[in-house]
Amino acid sequence: MSKHRKPREAKEQKSLWARFSSWVEGDEPLYEKSRPLRKDRDTLSSSGERETDLSRYLLVYHILAVFICLSVTAVLLVTVHSLPLFGSPDNPASNEVVERYVESGLQETGAVNIVAGMILDYRAFDTFGESSVLFLAVSSVMILLMRDKNNIDLEEDTLTARELLMERKEKDIILRKVSFIVIPCILLFGIYVVLNGHLSPGGGFSGGAIMGSALILYSVSFGMMEVNRFFSLKTFRAITTCALMVYAASKAYSFFTGANGLHTGIPLGTPGAILSSGLIFVLDICVGMVVTCTMYGFYALFAKGEI
Amino acid sequence: MLPMVQNFPFFAIFLCMVSGILSPLWKSGRMAWRYSVGVAFACAGLFGCVFAYTAAGEGLSFVYQMGHFPAPWGNELKIGPLEALLCTAFSTVMGFSLMGGHRDLEADILPHKQNLFFVMSNLMLAALLALTCTNDLFTAYVFVEISTIAACSLVLVKDTQYTLIATMRYLIMSLLGSGLILISIILLYSITGHLLLPNLLEQVGMLVDTGKYTIPLTVVIGLMGMGLAIKSALFPFHLWLPLAHGSATTSSSAILSGLVVKGYIVLLIKVFYQIFTIETIRSLKITNVIFLFGILAMIVGSVSALREKHIKRMLAYSSAAQIGYIYMGLGLGTDAGVVAAVIHILAHSFTKSMLFCCAGRLAGVMGHHKNLKNLRGAARRDRAAGVAFTIGALSMIGIPLFAGFASKLLFASATLLNNHKMLFTLGVLGVSTVLNALYYLPAVIVIWSRPEKGEEPAPKRKPDWAFTVSAVLQAAAVFGLGMGFGPLSELIQTGLGLF
Repeated sequence: MSKHRKPREAKEQKSLWARFSSWVEGDEPLYEKSRPLRKDRDTLSSSGERETDLSRYLLVYHILAVFICLSVTAVLLVTVHSLPLFGSPDNPASNEVVERYVESGLQETGAVNIVAGMILDYRAFDTFGESSVLFLAVSSVMILLMRDKNNIDLEEDTLTARELLMERKEKDIILRKVSFIVIPCILLFGIYVVLNGHLSPGGGFSGGAIMGSALILYSVSFGMMEVNRFFSLKTFRAITTCALMVYAASKAYSFFTGANGLHTGIPLGTPGAILSSGLIFVLDICVGMVVTCTMYGFYALFAKGEI
Repeated sequence: MLPMVQNFPFFAIFLCMVSGILSPLWKSGRMAWRYSVGVAFACAGLFGCVFAYTAAGEGLSFVYQMGHFPAPWGNELKIGPLEALLCTAFSTVMGFSLMGGHRDLEADILPHKQNLFFVMSNLMLAALLALTCTNDLFTAYVFVEISTIAACSLVLVKDTQYTLIATMRYLIMSLLGSGLILISIILLYSITGHLLLPNLLEQVGMLVDTGKYTIPLTVVIGLMGMGLAIKSALFPFHLWLPLAHGSATTSSSAILSGLVVKGYIVLLIKVFYQIFTIETIRSLKITNVIFLFGILAMIVGSVSALREKHIKRMLAYSSAAQIGYIYMGLGLGTDAGVVAAVIHILAHSFTKSMLFCCAGRLAGVMGHHKNLKNLRGAARRDRAAGVAFTIGALSMIGIPLFAGFASKLLFASATLLNNHKMLFTLGVLGVSTVLNALYYLPAVIVIWSRPEKGEEPAPKRKPDWAFTVSAVLQAAAVFGLGMGFGPLSELIQTGLGLF
């Protein structure tokens, strides 16, 4: 069959049968947008022809984009206009679901902060999913930015080396002194927010974000090498994995017992005490740790490509 | 105490999530791979038991309460025969995809990043299982998020220029879809006050009867449908798909084409049946819109595939066309159409993941060339891959004995119940079958034809046992689905009744 094949230049003059057979052999598709050969294309496009094509396309694209945006906005505005009024007491959203959360949330979960009771006890499965989303996001950024031979070249290596050197040489006194005082306070406040998650507004997500920002400030003012002394990739892995595993294990236990109608045997404690509300306290700490690591992990990966 | 088997869905979902979290800790990518394949088949086994349990006798569906609080307050899962069947199939296909693409996986991904691939694949499976089993719209959204990120990373992990561009496109389109879904969930919550599917069904039914909030309700259906259509690559939102599925590593392509887009379609079926009821959807003429775009996708996907010389992009365009079949089935607006769509989901999952694995293997024995003309004679170097690719191609064309035929037959018989769309649908089915044959048959002929004279003989290659086993089993599954679709469609019909 191969004898039917002809040089590329003769493509236009090929007989129907030859074209068919070369299609069957996978040389060329049956139907293809006719494109001039590369050498012809270059001479053609050096004039403004291609650019006018592109600008015409962009014009249509922009007009369409504006049109679609405006029409979606209009539809959404009309929809919002016909929604029930925000905050009015006879809304469909204020029904038996919210009622039970507000009225018996305290007795059932032991958490003074109803939001913590909702996300970590009533709907703990969703929150486990959300924590996994954070874990997944850091893992994705690791895939993208972690230093390897595909995304680092010599030039970038020298650049990082120079930055490291600058970091060590030029000590920014004001920044360092201020952070030296501020960082412990931020960390302490973050820990307070996490530990009091079941008592006051806050909890794992917000407290974790605060602690993460303390780590980031530390790394900015003292250099990443300093942070690496106590927070390396290994610690990062250990903390995230442990926190998520503790979450998974405790919730697996509580889901299994709950579904099978067994008692967990976990005391709820007196509402308002620091050691109360059963698993919520533990879960808040787990979420806080995952969020801290995620925050710092994002920063470190985007800044240096390693943790 | 519940019967033990009712706990299995929960076990399977948690097993996947925990193994995803533990994946970075394995010493080598190979160990993580072994473990992940094991997890996928373990989930298949667990859901197989659940299927046997729910499909026995008249069929039953049960609710599994996640935690100590009953449903509108806590989370719950709901599993019937249909959910169990889909989950079994998804887990099995995940296992086969990981097995079939293992060699490419080791070649394409840097050693210290291989573990991260398995984080993605395990959490992807967890997301698919949870999406299928959940009885709560917000839980569904959480797992849509997980599957969005995991799917993008599955493309990204190969780390070439093409995958980076593909990931950017995929991420933007996919996030747009997630945003639309989230807006529609918020709107739905503010007019009904519920997130649990049975309560939503009741409230939406009341709203439809009383005629209140008609505009928000229509917008909710529109946004939800559009978001899920973007994420499942329905024409005209399919443009991210060819590059993403065509440039990713073999296993990722198989997972993305075979599973990820199906998860969103399953969610759409759930939304149609468990929130709005199929009658409402039909009376709002949503089915007609879906039908039209499904038909267009069938034609446009196939015509684009005809133009491709790159084997994986050809398969990817073919996926866009096959998604069109599924939407066409949904668009018929009858139970029979949806049953055919579900059968097509199963058929396409098994067939397309097998085709991608075979394409990866065939390209592998030819020095990783993916253009069709460089694959001449590839099947002679690995006969198992050649035979499996041929079976997959025949199944996608719709030759009797194979899975693709079963769904096409069911589509055709489902259209016979629909007076308006009958002739048109049958015509389009015929045309698209011819188009499918036009691009699959040349590929099959090329891989089996004799290499040109003067080409040096193939170097000796190690047989890829993991691939061969998965190809044989998948081919068997495609054949089994093609032979046993009768009883299976009856079971799906029961499952749809219990949905």
